[in-house]
Amino acid sequence: MTAAAAQGLGPPPARPAGALLPASCRVLSTRRELPDTWTLELEAPPGFAARPGQFSMLYAFGVGEVPISFSGLPGPTVPEGRLVQTIRAVGATTRALCALRAGDVVGVRGPFGAPWPVERAHGQDAVFVAGGIGLAPLRPALEAALAARARFGRVVLLVGARTPADLLYREQLEAWARRGDVEVRVTVDAAPAGPGAAWTGDVGFVTALLPRAGLDPARAVAFVCGPEVMMRFVARDLAGLGVDPARVLVSLERNMHCAVGTCGRCQLAGSFVCKDGPVFPWPQVEPLLRVREL
Amino acid sequence: MRTIQDELADVSLFAGLRPEHLALVAGCGRNVAHAAGEHLFREGDPADLFWALRAGKVAIELHAERRGALTVETLGEGEVVGWSWLFPPHRYAFDARVVEPVRAIAFDGACLRGKCERDHELGYELMKRMARLFSRRLAATRWQLLDVYGAPAAPGPV
Ligand SMILES: Cc1cc2nc3c(=O)[nH]c(=O)nc-3n(C[C@H](O)[C@H](O)[C@H](O)COP(=O)(O)OP(=O)(O)OC[C@H]3O[C@@H](n4cnc5c(N)ncnc54)[C@H](O)[C@@H]3O)c2cc1C
Ligand code: FES
Repeated sequence: MTAAAAQGLGPPPARPAGALLPASCRVLSTRRELPDTWTLELEAPPGFAARPGQFSMLYAFGVGEVPISFSGLPGPTVPEGRLVQTIRAVGATTRALCALRAGDVVGVRGPFGAPWPVERAHGQDAVFVAGGIGLAPLRPALEAALAARARFGRVVLLVGARTPADLLYREQLEAWARRGDVEVRVTVDAAPAGPGAAWTGDVGFVTALLPRAGLDPARAVAFVCGPEVMMRFVARDLAGLGVDPARVLVSLERNMHCAVGTCGRCQLAGSFVCKDGPVFPWPQVEPLLRVREL
Repeated sequence: MRTIQDELADVSLFAGLRPEHLALVAGCGRNVAHAAGEHLFREGDPADLFWALRAGKVAIELHAERRGALTVETLGEGEVVGWSWLFPPHRYAFDARVVEPVRAIAFDGACLRGKCERDHELGYELMKRMARLFSRRLAATRWQLLDVYGAPAAPGPV
């Protein structure tokens, strides 16, 4: 049994047909989300069936291949046969991917990894906690919860960003907040002040939103995605509020190469992030993240 | 009608305090309301008061040369604004501006300090609670300073 199965996430999906060779996919449209962050809408390879939380290896021809989560999957907001991925340019490959424009071609392998077990929150409260670009991998999970809204108790989205100008999907956050069936709270680490300041939302670290959300610890199932340090603090504060750590799921990032559990590049103790993760129950990874060298 | 003592039970700082202590604390408070745009205090003002918010939102702001005014924290329902009343020199360190109309209990800091001096059990209980609040806010401030959402300057464990 794999580590993920042992933790109740279920067995990881079988190796997908497009696992080893990248399919050439056309970029259908691009959207600049932030100065360093772009969303690509791609033509999906034939038969490509991905789930929220999974990722693909995107190959910028001649530059490199990197893991990127899905930020939109076919459903109410994305047409069939398309994939949406949001990429922040931090290095050579992600910069090349962000420079792609409609009509360009990109290599796609996948889908890979364990999805967000959104169904764990059926009959419970689904709490999504995102930091920075971490909102991208959570968006399809939130959309899945909203598409089956009656199956969940409260649906809560808590978002942290650096400043108002760094807030991802701002229009969509506003649209979700208007729906009335999802509680959206956004905080930024700092914002320009003064009577004329445009930002009227919260200011403070994302953990400040946890007590404000009035969570019922016995009902909350938390899906947390963001920088590792942020996920640690969020998981710790959720535990402080009485949420059982086993009800906290996080998504980890590690460098990847094969993405199918053979090369060992993404190994984290006994688990492979590409195959057993990237979504893990917090108790499984918490001790590993405390080991500095991993 | 709910008394100040009843209202205090909803403020996390005072939750679970013994009734006789709650009554002592309530004796130093009064109900207040402030419109958006008003300042509860400005940096350097004598720190006579602190506020337990029942509704609304307050921005804690600081002004730095060249960077202008910056909001570093917002506080809302059930949270406490201002702690400079506790320690000398009893001057506020930041500005506190009302961003959403506030209903609050305003406490006279000198009154509460006096009661804590006379009743050390109350004083110790309040100090423990304030210390917990400080430590949580200090940790959150450190995390804000970390700028965790920025790209790491050097390769991390990725
Ligand atoms: C499962 C998984 C899902 C991911 N999903 C997404 C996603 O949806 N969107 C997205 O933008 N990225 C995502 N990433 C991260 C992405 O894969 C990396 O940013 C990418 O591999 C960097 O490659 P590069 O060649 O552009 O930069 P490199 O040359 O590898 O790195 C350049 C610099 O960027 C830093 N860096 C590397 N990775 C990151 C990072 N994740 N965040 C900040 N700085 C980093 C490095 O430390 C280095 O200083 C995901 C990673 C994993 C493992
Ligand atoms: S990337 Fe090769 S084992 Fe995970």
